[in-house]
Amino acid sequence: MKCTFIVYRFDPAVDKEPRYQEYMVAAEPTDKILDCLNKIRWEQDPTLSYRYSCAHGICGSDALMINGRIELACQKLVRDFKTANNFVIEPLPLFKVIKDLVVDMNPFFEKHRTVRPYLISDEDPPEKEWLQDPENQKFFEPALACILCGACTAACPINRSNDKYLGPAALLRGFRYVADSRDTATGSRLAQLDNEDGAWGCKSMWWCTDVCPKSIPVTKSIAQIKRLIKEEEKRKTAGS
Amino acid sequence: MKHQFDVIIVGAGLAGLRAAIELGEDTSVAVLSKVFATRSHSGAAQGGIGAALGNEEEDNWEWHMFDTVKGSDYLGDQDAIEILVRDAPRTIYELEHLGVPFNRTPDGKIAQRAFGGHTRNFGEAPVKRACFAADRTGRVILDTLWEKCLQRSIRFFDEFQLMSLIVSEGQCHGVIAYELASGKLHTLHSKAVLLATGGYGKVYKTTSNAFASTGDGLAIAFRAGATLEDMEFVQFHPTGIYKLGILISEAARGEGGILRNNEGKRFMELYAPVIKDLAPRDMVSRCILEEVRAGRGIDGKDYVHLDLTHLGEEVLNTKLAEITGFARIYSGVEPIREPIPVQPTCHYMMGGIAANADGKVITDSEDTPFLGLYAAGECACVSVHGANRLGCNSLLDTLVFGRRAGKEMRRHIHTVGFSPLPANPEKEVAAKIAALMESNGNETGGPIREELQEVMMDKVSVFRQRSGLTEALEKVRELQGRYQKIAIQDKGSCFNRDLLDAIELDYMLNLAEVITLGALTREESRGAHSREDFPDRDDKKWLVHTMFRYSKEEGPQVFFKPVTITRFQPKERKY
Repeated sequence: MKCTFIVYRFDPAVDKEPRYQEYMVAAEPTDKILDCLNKIRWEQDPTLSYRYSCAHGICGSDALMINGRIELACQKLVRDFKTANNFVIEPLPLFKVIKDLVVDMNPFFEKHRTVRPYLISDEDPPEKEWLQDPENQKFFEPALACILCGACTAACPINRSNDKYLGPAALLRGFRYVADSRDTATGSRLAQLDNEDGAWGCKSMWWCTDVCPKSIPVTKSIAQIKRLIKEEEKRKTAGS
Repeated sequence: MKHQFDVIIVGAGLAGLRAAIELGEDTSVAVLSKVFATRSHSGAAQGGIGAALGNEEEDNWEWHMFDTVKGSDYLGDQDAIEILVRDAPRTIYELEHLGVPFNRTPDGKIAQRAFGGHTRNFGEAPVKRACFAADRTGRVILDTLWEKCLQRSIRFFDEFQLMSLIVSEGQCHGVIAYELASGKLHTLHSKAVLLATGGYGKVYKTTSNAFASTGDGLAIAFRAGATLEDMEFVQFHPTGIYKLGILISEAARGEGGILRNNEGKRFMELYAPVIKDLAPRDMVSRCILEEVRAGRGIDGKDYVHLDLTHLGEEVLNTKLAEITGFARIYSGVEPIREPIPVQPTCHYMMGGIAANADGKVITDSEDTPFLGLYAAGECACVSVHGANRLGCNSLLDTLVFGRRAGKEMRRHIHTVGFSPLPANPEKEVAAKIAALMESNGNETGGPIREELQEVMMDKVSVFRQRSGLTEALEKVRELQGRYQKIAIQDKGSCFNRDLLDAIELDYMLNLAEVITLGALTREESRGAHSREDFPDRDDKKWLVHTMFRYSKEEGPQVFFKPVTITRFQPKERKY
């Protein structure tokens, strides 16, 4: 069937302003949106740029605005949309456009880096594995599904007014390490997130959770950080 | 632009990152990747990583070794396999200490599950050997290693395409890379280069592999004088989603999933009475196609059903969450209630750049090293997988041999200084790009790539025979001819995918020729290489590695190398 694709274009070498270009694509209902973009590029316009790699929602390359909503282009099929076979494809919001649908993700990964996204332990590791309660692993397991696609952070309304706000993805990673029983830096991690640029920046608007292509309870995970911060405070007050 | 590092690692998957971590503390190291590091295809690995921890039931490394040797159809080098399996438990504990969030047993140890071809007591019954984090094991290991690299402040060149190796007097001194965002060339001068560029499943039409899996590192090394080994051995994973090739992990069968034909019958009982659905991948893929040929495909089509309905919602939503999602999204099937339509999909390349167990690239059958050049992971052939890789052994391979390559490179760089670079090292690459960009030929890459993927799928996949292979070789060479007339329509220098596609296509055409040539040469059936005109394994003649050397005038040249056998003499492979 014939589908119309209206695609955001911007080439910094030529364009002063972004523009939209229309393509007609013969697509099957089961084609992914990524397949349609590939058809455009391979059959009509090789100058169109976008990122992609695994094509099944695990590498996190192809989060885009599809019909006004953030989705992975490889995880949405033509039949998933009730838009009379019309599609508008735009880059992720929030981030600076490099070319067409390719955005600069560096600020996203810079924030990721600041939450110290690695295990910190002041204990010497045992000869075998650290034992971990399976309930503890289950507690933070939903956060492990994150593919760093940036959809949540791009969607988050708080990020638009406060560019210092860590954003949902970095906070989710923060939660993953705060919650991991093997990590001994919990106190300093919580202290680092205990401010308006950290966990308290989240106003529970749920947009991150709503767009997450991996169905991660992002908002709830941030709420867990808030809860743990409060518990830590209580513990300290009780102890002093 | 020029840069200098002791070591350049090309590829940011598990092998590359593990090597980087090994070097990162005291060595200047840079990791170059054509996709952003966490987009590397190691992240798509689902089911697990094998190690005889014995956390769930009795296990030991000798059983793991036997299974790997038998799985390889006796083509794997047993000295290398012994290194792999003996180092496996240490590798898992190391990952755990780095923070990899493995699933746990009720008493808090790393949980393990069954996987294809892994058995207890030399083939008696399946054993739980695969350590896992739900069905996103590769992804969480990739994230953990990448984040460790961030902690170590390792320098990444993300979205840089490897263009060539800088080689003079038989020694590698660095690489030339193309920056996707600017279109600029960079010279990265080093004492050692590690190729960890992954597989090249994109040579085939139906594949579980990423778009990035085009074998750049192999083709570049091959043309620069490295030897390729056992390239005819291509793994087709039995359970790709019908028509799409997206992987449904073997863990689905490890957790109890069953393959059924159109009569609803569990057909693997007939082919592998002892371990049934957990037979190795080469066998299961052939069995599926045998069922289809016998008219027992679903609705008379070329697929069968993977039945997970009896596993229960809890197992599917926790231990197999990703693949359950894939089935829902891409097949429109609800695996809790309905079987998933599956067919074999090109998944893994056993062959690769010939390398020893310390990652040194070797150039001949006497193991003469290519100085300064190393390889690890799927792009390398050590050879631990021989004619067929067992599930769970590839993540292990990347980590064991990535680390060993790191150690060997550290040793090497302390013994040598930087050699002077040849004058104008970027010249050839710049000329190649200019020629492509200015070409006014009448071919475009798209149709050539499609025809390549189709002919490889039709003639050089699970079942092969001389006539088909000969046709395929002719076709590939015809496509190579057409490639010479390819024109690039995108004239820009920022994220020019048109140019990159064309560059990758050149490598794929080269590797497809080598795969087909190897398949035509090897007149026997062994592991994943199944010749209908030579249905038996022939140890007298073919218990050898196929080696390929590149000649500019005559193309790929074949020679052979003996297999190393230590503990297990070849015998008939039954499950």
